Amino acid sequence: MTPLRTLALAAGLAAPLLAHADWLVGVAGPFTGQYASAGDQIKKGAEAAAADINAKGGVLGQKIKLEYGDDACDPKQAVAVANALVNKKVQFVHGHWCSSSTIPASDIYNDADILMATVSTNPQVTERGLKNIFRIMGRDDQQGSVIGQWIASKFKDKKVAVLDDKSAYGKGLADEIAKAMKAAGKEPVLRESITAGEKDYSGIVTRLKNAGVDVLAYGGYHTEVALLLRQADQVGLPLVVVGGDTMTNSELVTAAGKLADRVYFTFTPDPRKNPQAAPIVERFRAAKIEPEGYVLYAYAALQLFEQAVTQAGGVERAKLEPVLRKGKFDTAIGTLEFDEKGDLKKPAFAIYKWTGGRYDYAE
Amino acid sequence: MGYALQQLINGLSLGAMYGLIAIGYTMVYGIIGMINFAHGEIYMIGAFLSVLTYVLCTALGVGPTPLVLLAMLFASITFTALYGWAVERIAYRPLRGAPRLAPLISAIGMSIFLQNYVQLTQGARIKSVPPLWQGGVTLWSADDFRVTFGWAQLTVVLVTLIVMAGFAWMITRTAFGRQQRACEQDPKMAALLGIDVDRTISLTFIIGAALAAVAGVMTVLQYGVIDFSIGFIAGIKAFTAAVLGGIGSVPGAMLGGLLIGFVEAFWSAYLSPEYKDVATFSILVLVLLFRPTGLLGKPDVEKV
Repeated sequence: MTPLRTLALAAGLAAPLLAHADWLVGVAGPFTGQYASAGDQIKKGAEAAAADINAKGGVLGQKIKLEYGDDACDPKQAVAVANALVNKKVQFVHGHWCSSSTIPASDIYNDADILMATVSTNPQVTERGLKNIFRIMGRDDQQGSVIGQWIASKFKDKKVAVLDDKSAYGKGLADEIAKAMKAAGKEPVLRESITAGEKDYSGIVTRLKNAGVDVLAYGGYHTEVALLLRQADQVGLPLVVVGGDTMTNSELVTAAGKLADRVYFTFTPDPRKNPQAAPIVERFRAAKIEPEGYVLYAYAALQLFEQAVTQAGGVERAKLEPVLRKGKFDTAIGTLEFDEKGDLKKPAFAIYKWTGGRYDYAE
Repeated sequence: MGYALQQLINGLSLGAMYGLIAIGYTMVYGIIGMINFAHGEIYMIGAFLSVLTYVLCTALGVGPTPLVLLAMLFASITFTALYGWAVERIAYRPLRGAPRLAPLISAIGMSIFLQNYVQLTQGARIKSVPPLWQGGVTLWSADDFRVTFGWAQLTVVLVTLIVMAGFAWMITRTAFGRQQRACEQDPKMAALLGIDVDRTISLTFIIGAALAAVAGVMTVLQYGVIDFSIGFIAGIKAFTAAVLGGIGSVPGAMLGGLLIGFVEAFWSAYLSPEYKDVATFSILVLVLLFRPTGLLGKPDVEKV
C-alpha cells in the first residue's frame, strides 16, 4: 500500500468518526402550541450561536450540532422529549422554557449526567438539590429584594405600603419586598392583604389615603393593580404602584387607561441594550432577525457551553460542572456567575415604567 | 371623621349596586317563592353587554361620554331583559307547580350554563374598559384629608336613585304594579280575577334582569374590569342583602344592599380588608339564625 492510499483510507475512516465527534447540544422548548413564539426565538438564537461558534472553528476543534426537542410546554411531553434527547446522546441541554417542563425534565438529564442551562424562573427549578441545572435568568423571588431596595432608595421620603393578593406568587413577592425595604432602613407604613378576584377595593384604597401613602408595593397580578389604581383615583389619591413581572401585561393599560403610567415594575433587562451584545445584535439585525425576548438568552446558553467546555477541556460532568460553578462567563446577556444551587449570583432585573401604553427602563 | 365619611361614600356606591341586584332576587322570591340562582349570571351578562356596547361605540367613534353611557344602559337593559325572559321561559315555567326543589336545581343548572356560555363565547380572559371619568369632586376637607366623591361613584349613585324612583313608581302606581303585587299575594285569586299570572311572572323576570343590567353597567363604569365569573360572588352578596332586608320585600332589598355595602366598606376600613367577605357572610348566617324574616320582611303566615 502506498503511503498516499493509506492516508486516503485513514481519512475515509476518520471522516465518519469526526462527524460523530460533533458536540451534540439539545435545545428543548415549546416549538409548537400556545407558546410557540418563545420556542421560535430560542431556535433563532441557538442556530445563530451555533453558526457563529462553528465559523470560528467550533469548540476544542469540534463543531456544535443542535438537536431540537419540542415539549409544547406540556410537562408529560417534556419528559418524553428529555428521554429522547438522552437516547440521542446529547451532551448539553438548553431548556426547557416553561418551569413546569423544566422541573420534571431536569431529573432525567441529571440521571444521565447531562448539564443544562435554563431560563425557567420558578424557584423550585433549582430548589430541589439537583446539581446539573444552571439558570441564566433571575428567579421569581429575587425580584422582591430588587424592588425593595429600589423603593428604599428611590422613594426615600415617601410613605410606602406593601400589599399582596394572598397568592403564592404575590405573597412571596410582597414578603421579599418588605424584608428588603426593612433591611435598607425603610419601614412600610402598612402591610395588608387583599382578596384577588374581587372588584371593590375602595375600602383599602381609602385606608391608604388616610395613612398618607404615596407608593404602593404590590405582590400580585395586573388586574387588581388596575382596580386599585382606578379606585385610588376615585377617592383622590395619586397612587404610584411598584410590582413584579406580571405588570408587563398590556391588559393593565386597557383597564387602567392613563393611570397605568403610574406603574413601575421589575422585569429581566432587555439584553439588546447590553453594550457587550451590540455586535451580536447588529449581526442579527443584518440577518433580518430581531433579537427580542429569548433569542439572546439562547445565544448566551451556547456561549456558556463554548466557554465552559473550552476551559474544562471536555464535556464530561465531572470536568464541566466545577467549571460552570466556579467560572465567570461573558455572554450576550452579560457576565454570568453561578452559586451553589445553580442560580445566578447577580441576577439581573431592571426597573421598567409604563408610559403611554409602552414600557421602558425607568430613569 | 373625614375618613369615615369617605368610607361611607364608598359603601354607598357599592351598596347601590348590591341593592339593584338584590331586587331581582326578592321580586322573584315574592312572586314564585324560589331563589333564582341564575340571577347573578344575568347581572354578569348585563356587564358583558355593556362592554360590548362600549367597544362598538369606540369603534364607531360615538362621541361624548354621557352618550356612550346612555347607549351602554340602553343596549344592556334591552338584551339582558331578553335573557331574563328566556331563562324564565326555558328553566322555570315548565316546572311551575313542581316540588320546590325542582326549580331550584333548574336555577343552579341555568347559572352554570350561562357562565360557561359566556366563557366559551367571550373567552376566559378579563375584559376591561378604560375609566370613562377620572377624578372626582372634593366634598369636604379636614386635617389634611380631602373627602372625594369620584365622578364614577357619583354617577353610580345618581343612576341608581333615578332607576329606583322609576321602579318604585311602577310598582306602586301603575296597573302592572298592582297586578304584580296581586300575584305576589295570591296567584290563584289573581288568576280568577282575570290577571294573566304567567305574563306577570315573565314581566317580573324582565324587570329583575333590567335592574341587574343597570348594576352590570355600573360595575363596568366604576371598576372597568369584568370576567365571566363575576356573577357568582356578586349574586351571593346580593342574595345576602335580600335576606338581610327581608326576602320578598323590595324596600328591604335596597336597604339590605346599602347595609352590606357599608359593612364591607367599614370592615375593610377599620378591620382587615382581607376578610371582608367573612363579615358579609357572617351576616347571612346570623340573619338566617335569629331573624329569618329579615329587617323589613313580613313573617310567613301559614295559610290553612
